[in-house]
Amino acid sequence: MLNYILRRIFWMPILLLLVSLIVFFLGVYGPGDPVEVQLGNNFDEQSANRIREKMGLNDPFFIQWANYIGNALTGDFRESYVFKNRSVSELLLPKLIVSAKLNLISFGIALAVGIPLGFYAAINYGNPKDPLVVIFALIFYAMPVFFTAPFLILIFALQLDLVPVSGWGGIFDKRIILPALTIGIPGAAVFVRLIRSSMIEVLDTDYIKLARAKGVSENMVLWKHAFRNALLPVVTIMGFSLAGLFGGSLIVELLFGIPGIGRISLDSVYSRDYPVIMAIVLIGSSALVIANLIIDFVYTLIDPRIGME
Amino acid sequence: MMNNNPKNLSSTKLFLLNFSRKKLGVICLILVSAIYLIGIFAPLLAPYDYSETNLLKTQSGPDLENLLGTDRLGRDILSRVIWGIQTTVIVTITGLLTGSLFLGLFLGLLAGYYRGIFDFVVMRTGELVSSFPDILLIILLAATLRPRITNIFYSIEDNLNISGLVSSGIIDYLVIGIALLPLSWFGTMRLIRAQVFSIRNVDYVQSARTSGASTFRIVTRHVLPNVIAPLIVTATFGLGAVALSEVILSFFGLGVQPPRPSLGAMLADVSGRGGSSVSVLTSHPEQLLSPIIIIWIMIFCWNIIGDALTDILNPRKN
Repeated sequence: MLNYILRRIFWMPILLLLVSLIVFFLGVYGPGDPVEVQLGNNFDEQSANRIREKMGLNDPFFIQWANYIGNALTGDFRESYVFKNRSVSELLLPKLIVSAKLNLISFGIALAVGIPLGFYAAINYGNPKDPLVVIFALIFYAMPVFFTAPFLILIFALQLDLVPVSGWGGIFDKRIILPALTIGIPGAAVFVRLIRSSMIEVLDTDYIKLARAKGVSENMVLWKHAFRNALLPVVTIMGFSLAGLFGGSLIVELLFGIPGIGRISLDSVYSRDYPVIMAIVLIGSSALVIANLIIDFVYTLIDPRIGME
Repeated sequence: MMNNNPKNLSSTKLFLLNFSRKKLGVICLILVSAIYLIGIFAPLLAPYDYSETNLLKTQSGPDLENLLGTDRLGRDILSRVIWGIQTTVIVTITGLLTGSLFLGLFLGLLAGYYRGIFDFVVMRTGELVSSFPDILLIILLAATLRPRITNIFYSIEDNLNISGLVSSGIIDYLVIGIALLPLSWFGTMRLIRAQVFSIRNVDYVQSARTSGASTFRIVTRHVLPNVIAPLIVTATFGLGAVALSEVILSFFGLGVQPPRPSLGAMLADVSGRGGSSVSVLTSHPEQLLSPIIIIWIMIFCWNIIGDALTDILNPRKN
């Protein structure tokens, strides 16, 4: 296992370099001319050439790429084409924090609702309560956000007047509740199914049967022996949830007017603001790859069955 | 699965028998089939054309003439939903054929059987693709590919002196198809590869090899039948994701282009790309809910069917 993790650590920078190469390729050969975007109506061939020279756009592809990577490693992702004179890092950092906060709260909701319900379904395996929970979980899982968001706003903001319709004010603001629920509800459904199936599997193992045969109390069997083992797959899914930090809240941020990373990634795709797009994809991929590595590592720590040989 | 087989039914019959016991699975299969049939026979079923406007009757509620009412341009919503389903049908079926079946199965079989350098390259490529945040990659691909592909098609039209290729909407499906490719193939491929690994050294495969069977024969006769079941399960779960991704792409204006209808494009059109969803939900709920309910049913049903199939086909759960 240690061997495996070392190999992963070694492979990771190569993987990220290749990711950056693809993104950079799309950026350079994608549609739209950065100089045109920058000059707008003042476009003329002479100033265009001057800017090209200054930006290094006349250099060979691999030189441009190497320069970009060199700068990116020091946190310099160049300047946005659209927002004049603002560095990409300065532009993205506050938005990253907003999205991270939103996704953290959503993840919390998903865990808090999903784990108990999944546990409840599993201990009712074989009677009608279990399929009922599963079906409801799936209904919520399949519910399109295009419906969830306006429906929640209609009920809780307009009819009951409990929260404002949209906007952003951080974690301790009422306005985070509805968007976090919109992301959290389908997320909870994922945990219901995950915990349920892993509990059912664990409850069928020999060591649980032995514990029961020894006369260990049912509470002890469920909580101490089964539940802790059934939690293991949750760790795996955390990696994917981290990936959701970048894409999952895209539509939700749009619908609730939240100034997060989803919003700006979409805007930058529309306006062909390639330095911003490249930075977002690079940061996103790095987060994803590193998170998965950490999860593999954590897994070997908490599950003694996966040895470190 | 084995022990309740008193009459020595063939495996296909047994499979059908087991599936018919899953009531919800059967209901969902019927619902999904109905939706797909509606999509396939859209030209016959839709009462109006998807782009036919009636400016004298805009934003009208449901009545006998327009069963689900009309939108802000006076287009019949029922017809647009039916044509929108056709887009979903095309996208999911091409996604299934290219991503899951062709790339996933083919590369999985090859990588699993030959291993070595081929396996290494395929696996690393897959890891590379899956280290992108997926929805971002899809959006980025769709946005950068469209102008290129459009240009290619225009030059084909010019050179061959034909017309109608660009206006047929084929570019939309090509762009969506390529953009969604990274989503579907790697999961299937990895699964098939693992299956091939596990049966590669089973006795009957070994003895087939020693008795001189060709690699092609071993793969098609002995390996392939064993990987069909897991393939069906992953493909089923994948279909929901592909359908939803098309909806999202078209919602953002990067998938199917107007006037061609797609459920996602309809949602964007009706709600001003999300901005006025709430006011539409109160004033003309049928405009927002019609496409949403179809999407909802499809995602729900694909998952129920996938669950039912997993239950039946998973040998661990006898």
